[in-house]
Amino acid sequence: MNLIKQMLPALAVAATLLTGAVQAADMRIAVVVKALGIGFFEAAAKGAEEAASELGDVEIIYTGPTDTTAEGQIEVINALIAQRVDAIAISANDTDALVPALKKAMARGITVISWDSGVAAEGRQMHLNPSSNPLIGNMIVKLAADHLPEGGDVAVLSASSTATNQNIWIDEMNKVVGNYQGINVVATVYGDDLADKSYREANGLMQTYPNLKAIIAPTTVGIVAAAQAVADAGKIGQINVTGLALPSEMAGHIASGASKSFAIWNPIDLGYSATMLAYNLAKGNAVAAPGAKISMGRMGSLTLDEKTEGAMADPFVYDASNIDAFKTIF
Amino acid sequence: MNLKTRSLPDRLHSPRSQVFKNWETLLFAVAVSIFVVNSFASPYFLDAWGLSDATFNFTEKAMIAFAMALLIITGEIDLSVASIIALASTAMGAGLQLGLGTTELVFIGLAVGLLCGAFNAVLVTVLGLPSIVVTIGTMSLFRGISYIVLGDQAYRGYPPDFAFFGQGYVFWVFSFELVLFAVLALIYGILLHKTNFGRTIYAIGNNPTGALFSGIRVQRVKFILFLLTGLMSGVAAICLTSRLGSTRPSIGAGMELEVITMVVLGGVNILGGSGTILGVVLAAFVMGLVTFGFGLLNVPGIVMSIFIGLLLIGVIALPRLWKMFLNRR
Repeated sequence: MNLIKQMLPALAVAATLLTGAVQAADMRIAVVVKALGIGFFEAAAKGAEEAASELGDVEIIYTGPTDTTAEGQIEVINALIAQRVDAIAISANDTDALVPALKKAMARGITVISWDSGVAAEGRQMHLNPSSNPLIGNMIVKLAADHLPEGGDVAVLSASSTATNQNIWIDEMNKVVGNYQGINVVATVYGDDLADKSYREANGLMQTYPNLKAIIAPTTVGIVAAAQAVADAGKIGQINVTGLALPSEMAGHIASGASKSFAIWNPIDLGYSATMLAYNLAKGNAVAAPGAKISMGRMGSLTLDEKTEGAMADPFVYDASNIDAFKTIF
Repeated sequence: MNLKTRSLPDRLHSPRSQVFKNWETLLFAVAVSIFVVNSFASPYFLDAWGLSDATFNFTEKAMIAFAMALLIITGEIDLSVASIIALASTAMGAGLQLGLGTTELVFIGLAVGLLCGAFNAVLVTVLGLPSIVVTIGTMSLFRGISYIVLGDQAYRGYPPDFAFFGQGYVFWVFSFELVLFAVLALIYGILLHKTNFGRTIYAIGNNPTGALFSGIRVQRVKFILFLLTGLMSGVAAICLTSRLGSTRPSIGAGMELEVITMVVLGGVNILGGSGTILGVVLAAFVMGLVTFGFGLLNVPGIVMSIFIGLLLIGVIALPRLWKMFLNRR
């Protein structure tokens, strides 16, 4: 009891300080993430703060549960509804389970958007995708082509042959590969998102195609394994490994030159854009309807499709110039 | 000359010390303090609808905690409750695909809960296996089945009247779940404190061998309690599924620890033998108010976990410290 008695005043003081800060701003936008303590989302929060300081009259409430559960996010949403925040921008742990809670938020006049990981259409006003399948498909081949001005043979190292996302991206890539002069996709192999199998498949590609100039791996496991295989085979400089990856995992391979560049969404831009969108919708500057164009500040504007979803931008390119800044983030 | 009395005292401690030793008094004080602090800390706290929403933080867990308290008092435990929720919810979702209505879905939820409870009960009471090991096993088993059935898919599209259990209101701000929580608290309170069955639960927890030789059918009582815990998990599954409006195999993940935390925080001895339903009810309110109050201040969830953890250790350590203090005096 003594312990509790001692804690109460401290708690009350902390609480008063916190509420004092919250009440200072005109508009409160809650950025709700899958769970706190994840580098990707901490970076998104940084972007949200950037947007808030640009807008001036906005207070960001960055929050989320301890584990990535829908139940935890519902508790957070209920607390936000009770605080009567102006907008909720959420990266959802569950497409469906959050719908009743978010419907309640909208019924009480709160603007609700989802970003990164979406909520079913009836539970939000709009959804912000970090990128789109055609943009990703184009980006992965562009990354290879940028370093091959004279063209050459490239191969794809994917996840499993049934991986939905990877198959869509490779399809989209094949649609636009003709736009890149001299680029010749010679094979697509599958590493099943297993490090050792991806490594063996990458070695197989190098032996089968001696003129191979680039390996495109649209999977975070595959790209690391392929870069390692290229380094181990002593072919740094001859073969460039690229695709989609996490900066923290690729920093070493960028430094060694096994990979000249790769792409993934930029979480800072994502948090920034989500905040801008939530602000404009809550202010009544725009209405989330199919075909609507909504401003995202420095990121341009977002056009919503018939499912009220939109794609933010091309995947962000990481190379030797910016990898050090991002490798500690995610 | 110094005459020493040689009679036994009526009681070992004065009534005043009894009040301080009492969990319920302590918890009540904690709950009231949290309520008062929250009211001052956030202008949004004292709002009927906000508080009503906040009760969903604990109602489902508390329903299971009532049955779990009885089980823990007998010296057993059930770690599979959250997985029973997942399996019961998955079964209801499967029933939904067959076009069943609300009544049938409720029946399925309760039946699956009972069946899972029976499975645990048979392994523990008939085969004589330790309940902690059995239910660690069934914790993986029950949720594993849900994952096999659903994978990364979800069941959705529950009928509109099914939503009443987790989203409906009986009267003004009093949700169905809150009313059900109160009714169940009353039923379990009477069962534990006012019936012979309740006495046998304490007897088993204090001395299983003694209870057996007093003619108590120990295994049968434990069997019934596992069934009850399964049934309450089924009830919680119905409420939670209705509240979420969908089923995923990860539903209720990690809830078993929160249920057990609630029971222990409520003053139930984790080794068995003592505890009250009132304590569990108060613990439920304490946990719910802390979660909601910290949520209003946007305190990160991990701080809440730390606070609940400290509270738990404090509540367990206090009686022991009190006893040491008394002995020294």
